[in-house]
Amino acid sequence: MLHIVACIKQVPDTKIIKMNPKTNTMDRRTAPAILNPYDAHAVEEAVRIRNRYGGTVSVVTMGPPPAVKAIKKCIEIGADEGYLITDRRFAGADTLATSYAVTKAIEKISKTNPVDLIICGKMSIDGDTGQVGPGIARRLDIPPLTSVNKVVEVNQEKGYAIVHRKFEDGHEVVQSTLPCLLSVEKTINEVPYSTFPNMLKAAKYEPYIWSVDDLEDVDIKQLGLKGSPTIVSKVWTPSKPEGGTIFEGNAKEQVEQLLSIILEKKELFTVKEES
Amino acid sequence: MDFQDYKDIWVFIEEKDGVIAPVSLELLGAGRKLADKRASNLAGVLIGENVKNLASTIFEYGADIVYVYDQPIFKHYRTESFMKALLDCSNKYKPEIILYGATSTGKDLASAVATDLPTGLTADTTELDVEEETGLLLASRPAFGGNIMATILCKKYRPQMATVRAKVMKALTPVRGRMGKVIEENIALAEEDIRTKVLEIVKETTKKVRIDEADIIVAGGKGLGSAEGFQIIHRLAETLGGVVGASRDVVEAGWVPHAHQVGQAGVTVTPKIYFAIGISGAIQHIVGMKNSGLIIAINKDSEAPIFESCHYGIVGDAFEIVPILIEEFKNALTREEVSHVREV
Amino acid sequence: MSEKFDAIVVGAGPAGISCAHDLAKGGANVLLIERGEYPGSKNVMGGVLYRKMMEDIIPEFYKEAPLERPIVEQRFMMMEKESALTFSYKGLEWAKEPYNNFTVLRAKFDQWFADKAVQQGAILINETVVLECIVEDGRVVGVRTDRPDGDVYADVVVLADGVNSLLAQSLGFHKEYKPNEVALATMEVLKLDKKIIEDRFNLEDNQGCTIELFGDATKGIVGTGFLYTNKDTLSLGVGTLLSGLIKHKIKPYELLEYVKNHPMIRPYIQGSEPQEYLAHLIPEGGYNSMGKIVGDGVIVIGDASQLVNAIHREGSNLAMTSGRLAAETVLLAKEAGDFSERMLDHYRVKLLDGFVGQDMKKYKDSTHHFEKFPQYFEQYIPMVNRAASQMFTVDGSSKWEKQKKIMKDLGSTKEKFKLARDIYRAWKVVK
Repeated sequence: MLHIVACIKQVPDTKIIKMNPKTNTMDRRTAPAILNPYDAHAVEEAVRIRNRYGGTVSVVTMGPPPAVKAIKKCIEIGADEGYLITDRRFAGADTLATSYAVTKAIEKISKTNPVDLIICGKMSIDGDTGQVGPGIARRLDIPPLTSVNKVVEVNQEKGYAIVHRKFEDGHEVVQSTLPCLLSVEKTINEVPYSTFPNMLKAAKYEPYIWSVDDLEDVDIKQLGLKGSPTIVSKVWTPSKPEGGTIFEGNAKEQVEQLLSIILEKKELFTVKEES
Repeated sequence: MDFQDYKDIWVFIEEKDGVIAPVSLELLGAGRKLADKRASNLAGVLIGENVKNLASTIFEYGADIVYVYDQPIFKHYRTESFMKALLDCSNKYKPEIILYGATSTGKDLASAVATDLPTGLTADTTELDVEEETGLLLASRPAFGGNIMATILCKKYRPQMATVRAKVMKALTPVRGRMGKVIEENIALAEEDIRTKVLEIVKETTKKVRIDEADIIVAGGKGLGSAEGFQIIHRLAETLGGVVGASRDVVEAGWVPHAHQVGQAGVTVTPKIYFAIGISGAIQHIVGMKNSGLIIAINKDSEAPIFESCHYGIVGDAFEIVPILIEEFKNALTREEVSHVREV
Repeated sequence: MSEKFDAIVVGAGPAGISCAHDLAKGGANVLLIERGEYPGSKNVMGGVLYRKMMEDIIPEFYKEAPLERPIVEQRFMMMEKESALTFSYKGLEWAKEPYNNFTVLRAKFDQWFADKAVQQGAILINETVVLECIVEDGRVVGVRTDRPDGDVYADVVVLADGVNSLLAQSLGFHKEYKPNEVALATMEVLKLDKKIIEDRFNLEDNQGCTIELFGDATKGIVGTGFLYTNKDTLSLGVGTLLSGLIKHKIKPYELLEYVKNHPMIRPYIQGSEPQEYLAHLIPEGGYNSMGKIVGDGVIVIGDASQLVNAIHREGSNLAMTSGRLAAETVLLAKEAGDFSERMLDHYRVKLLDGFVGQDMKKYKDSTHHFEKFPQYFEQYIPMVNRAASQMFTVDGSSKWEKQKKIMKDLGSTKEKFKLARDIYRAWKVVK
């Protein structure tokens, strides 16, 4: 029986986040927390693989206590178990410290049920880096496979998986030993509307919640802000460019002025002659 | 860790089918500036099979040194093999900074290398600078949903690493015959040591949208209201002979596929003319198109930030302006017989 | 679906949450289904929460609930185009525990309230639409949701799905409401610095003020407006009968824009940034519009049962109380193992005997009275403004002359008689 772990993150919904137009900063209070949309596809893929071969899907996340909501969302999608690691000592982690903490959680989960496959979303919408997945793979010393847009086969018995990795101009078919880590593209699947029984299960589900002390062999120095080599030194609004010329007049007059500018570049416009 | 031991600026050279990725050449241009500021060398790291001959190009674009790992095991990019080569090289020669293109390969490799070294890694950088005295890399990128910039530092670890967006840095004009030092390396790595195998490489035969190569891009945003409203973007693009671009919101709403997305999470473009219609102009979008030759914004909201990043702007309703533009453009073409290029 | 619940509550607004909370507290196995992303995500209640009714459900809730400001001052403004006659009461006894009432932002408050119900053991499911009640042999036995495998069963279904309760309608409990039985409220949340709010409204920290607006706020259409102070936002809204909007051919947002630019209101909101715009139907038909609210295996509560006291704008109070009474009844029914209409009718009786029903009956004619005789809004408010202006303008004429002028303004003897009659009528319906 396969044991698949999906790594997920709860993020502020940057799509409906409200910006203060004067200071150009984000009003974080108004941003509801959601399951990182990329991760929904990771969980869905894990669920599909489980449905195909049998097994268990566990989700793991690091975050503040309300991140339980993101785990419940994964249960709605069809995951079986959820693990939240939460502790003040995790706070301020960059990608390196995050991959360390999540790896420690996966190692602990592995003790009772060895993990065959780990699936991550391509990246988070708030961090936008895509670095945590490969980081976890390196720490567990298993092959990372990024940009995965299709899982062809997972063969637990023979210990391999075959996937497609997407490129700018095509894809490659790659075989890897198991266990391995996939970080998947959004295009890999569509997340369907969850069933009512899954909704019920999620509403009642209580995930495992672990603090640093519940994990094993943890080097505290590698956690959180202390364990993060990168720091944000300043946040700034880029100096505004000069701004362009705004055309005056009614719609027609504006278009005429615009047209005279565009047509200066007439070499760009090719006209197909109809014969 | 003695920082004195770490010097030189490195660029990971991404190669495919004997061709260097444009982003690597751009990074050599950016790296040259950093190296000059630090009075150190600029080096390219080249990993592959039958790639040695590319070294001369790397010198022409500004490098002083090229480290080469030219072995059959590097025929295809694989995280494990490439990572081992780069770690080997880094541990031996100790660079101060390593830059990678923020491509799927560059990001994949950088993430793995950063974990093993370990060191800090800044993703999707759009601005680079270095402190002359300390060698501290100042890597800046749009952050928190893309409306502000953050400068990220790695103070306690060396080398410092960043992946850098394509098309935001400028490659130098190549200097014919410019030479440098080639250092050939070799690591003992057997096929059995690598746990992944590339079974097949499939090139997409269907013609895909390549908005990064277009001369004219007509991009639309959430301001168009709906997928139906977005159709005017298609119509204008067709009239002008351009391709369709889109903001992040529009792609996430599913009006157009991801291949059309311009900006931080999409493609960086530098067309000759860029239309931003119904796009408010979040920084994450601006970084993806600000180097366009001519930027034209059309937006109902006169306060929209896009008007600060355009060359010409029209404050008005796209559904009123664009149809007139399409009509007038067609008229202008027939009237002036604008440079009819016959297509056979 | 194998699992069966004691009760399913449809709709997590103030009524539904109250009901689910008390049911769970009473040991029932209760499922609460909400169509929005989370409770409160679709709610635009005026923004005043009454302490007493809330405390009947959660004692001392004000010690932890996300409230905006305790209200220490209530103002009433009779507006004309360029004037307003205001009266107000401010009492500092309301500034301390146990308080009188509070301004709230529903989105925050309802989430907190729903969490309380969940802590009591209610099961909350969001983002799920109930399509219909499942009826077997004339008895409601469960609901059908829009999700795959979406049927779910219970002994009782409590409908708290809001003013447009299609579920109650499809059971034949009431007809679609007429435009003169529903009000359309539009409101904006305006962001403004906390300090500026306190200065403009003459408040100290953790004190709030509500202003109810009459007359020109709704361009004389039957309805009211309101301006409430939150922590660092203002809630500004107008609500008018749908029939009035139709008659005057005014769009709801135009009315809101009108109020925002009204010279009596503009100074309060100057410099604020709109944060959210919301529109919501409110039942205003009152007692006369109430349809059937109990059936075999089903109870209707809150707005779904047209429970709003039109005059005092206390819809959420009545909603919460109805939820509480419905829970009491369902728990009794559970004990008796009887979920028939006759058993559940206890709810209707308690509701109508209690203050909810008393108030509803007492004010049953108010909305229709004002609708039938629009002169209250169209003529009398302008008239009192003119009268006040006459009285307070210092122009050298004596008070006696001023009163004479005011009387003249009231019109001919016949009109004066009509005015007296109208005042008497209005007094009768609201007293």
